[in-house]
Amino acid sequence: MARELWKGNEALAEAAIRAGVDAFFGYPITPQTELLEYMARRMPELGRTFLQAESEIGAINMVYGAACAGARAMTSSSSPGISLMQEGLSYIAGSEVPCVLVDIMRGGPGLGNIQPGQADYFQLTRSAGHGDFHPLVLAPATVQEAVDLMTISFDLAFQYRTIVIIAGDGALGQMMEPVTLPPMRPPRQERPAWALTGVDGRQPNIITSLYLDADELEQVNLRLQAKLARIAAAEQRWECYLTDDADFLVVAFGTVARIARTAVRTARAAGIRAGLFRPISLWPFPAPALDQLAARVKGVVVAEMNAGQMVEDVRLIVRGRAPVRFLGRTGGVIPLPDEIASELTHMARIDAHANGDRG
Amino acid sequence: MTTMVMEREAPTLTATPWELVYQRPAALTDLPTHYCPGCSHGAIHRMVAEVIDELGIRERTIGVAPVGCAVFAYKYFNLDSCEAAHGRAPAMATGLKRVRPDRIVFTYQGDGDLASIGGNEILHAALRGEQITVIFVNNAVYGMTGGQMAPTTIAGMKTTSSPMGRDVLTQGYPIHIPELLAPMPGVAYAVRRSMHAVAEMRKVKKAIRMAFQAQLQGVGFSIVEILGACPTNWHVSPTDALDYIRDRMLPEYPVGDFKVDARLRD
Ligand SMILES: Cc1ncc(C[n+]2csc(CCOP(=O)(O)OP(=O)(O)O)c2C)c(N)n1
Repeated sequence: MARELWKGNEALAEAAIRAGVDAFFGYPITPQTELLEYMARRMPELGRTFLQAESEIGAINMVYGAACAGARAMTSSSSPGISLMQEGLSYIAGSEVPCVLVDIMRGGPGLGNIQPGQADYFQLTRSAGHGDFHPLVLAPATVQEAVDLMTISFDLAFQYRTIVIIAGDGALGQMMEPVTLPPMRPPRQERPAWALTGVDGRQPNIITSLYLDADELEQVNLRLQAKLARIAAAEQRWECYLTDDADFLVVAFGTVARIARTAVRTARAAGIRAGLFRPISLWPFPAPALDQLAARVKGVVVAEMNAGQMVEDVRLIVRGRAPVRFLGRTGGVIPLPDEIASELTHMARIDAHANGDRG
Repeated sequence: MTTMVMEREAPTLTATPWELVYQRPAALTDLPTHYCPGCSHGAIHRMVAEVIDELGIRERTIGVAPVGCAVFAYKYFNLDSCEAAHGRAPAMATGLKRVRPDRIVFTYQGDGDLASIGGNEILHAALRGEQITVIFVNNAVYGMTGGQMAPTTIAGMKTTSSPMGRDVLTQGYPIHIPELLAPMPGVAYAVRRSMHAVAEMRKVKKAIRMAFQAQLQGVGFSIVEILGACPTNWHVSPTDALDYIRDRMLPEYPVGDFKVDARLRD
């Protein structure tokens, strides 16, 4: 397969098409819009469904409807639009239909700006809507990885009947990188047994998230939680870079993880044994893998483009065994490699000091 | 329609055995509804089901239930169906219909659901000319939550959230949905009917049939607004509720055809 130069948003769109998406519903918002525009051209060419909705509320409920019909349905947006989709996401989670969503995060809160951000971490992993549920959240760091994760997203969504979110940021959505795209997979022909297709020759299928009886709804929740536990056990993804001998660890995801790689090399050049732990699945968070590293490192730096969100997960996992420092840039400011490297240097100096080395 | 011949001898002068001429439509389940005495939802469900049977489309029809008193419509219709978020049924129906254009998709919505929280969804489904059918029951209140003011509440009408009567200067004016949607080119059928008398109910059923017919013919979006009774929240008897529709609601909401596409055949 040829390597070609693709813009992140368009690569995600083409990857979704090659993964066999049947229907795309969306609403324009920067820095995600090229994904929608690409779909507007390509989906009709292939005889598939594209529709620009009246709002993100409309879009997510169209996804809900199409997903109920057993289609591979998706939408994409950026932070303010994801806020509007929360209601629909909660209903989709409650009624256990599969769908895929892309969030190309931007600076917030409010209208914020259109620069890259990572401040939707809590929203995506913890509070994608009311009630107890977590989408499966995958955070690519390169355009190639965005393509690779998009390629498996529908299978994950259908396997677990769950929401899969690809969480990128404005930098990933806008940058161009060489990628290898997967081969084209045809849209689904067969419909899952639970799908709404008409009652032809069988009892009605009903898709609902309403259970008025408390015991019944608790049973539904227990079943949902059991499913989430299965996802949590089976779907953790992460990458380690130079962690084998690392004394100091940077934990970062997405775009920031790329910057952190440079910082790790800078620190190593200065004699500090640094490594990078990069969660790829934000939910489920790859806790056991980080836990193992936390048991033997001398310090952890968490770098994010937000005011400190993933760092809460990291602190819970490190449990005081090593100091955890947080470096956060907000408002669309991207941290520089040197900022992260100097956090590592600082940590190493404090550690050396504590061990009596005053050199 | 299938007819069943009963074994029993008819206690009449004729020797003809009894013939069952009135029975549950195949598109309804045998579950007793939870609706209050005098509520119009049950009768409207039945009419929708009869039309689905008569058109022979039960096997390929998908229903979208609202949030409101008809939230359990999916239990009463013997169809594939789903339950939308409050007001979002037209968007959900859009998603269903766009990926299954060979299926018949309808929403069943109350006035709070459709005309208030779901105003944007219904407006744009109609603007796009979605090939869906909307059964819109206007009982002038939010029934399920206990009779609060709806956008359809008529001027001066007392509800739990307009206890002095709806003051249009501060609480706004009633909304006329089919009149609003009818001028849109994507709309094939937009009418209002009423449940206040038997003769009117026959017209309700006929309109429901036309609305489904519009979808079968693929001529555009179809909506039937039906003035329905809510004796419980209007605090009147079921029979007085029918008079209330005739005397209070009809002057504000005249029955009529606001759009009937010329291509529509009965
Ligand atoms: C987002 C949201 N807001 C509010 C409610 C509460 N609620 C349930 S039913 C309803 C009103 C329904 O009234 P209407 O659509 O007129 O139908 P009716 O019950 O009269 O048939 C409301 C406000 C809800 N379920 N969801």
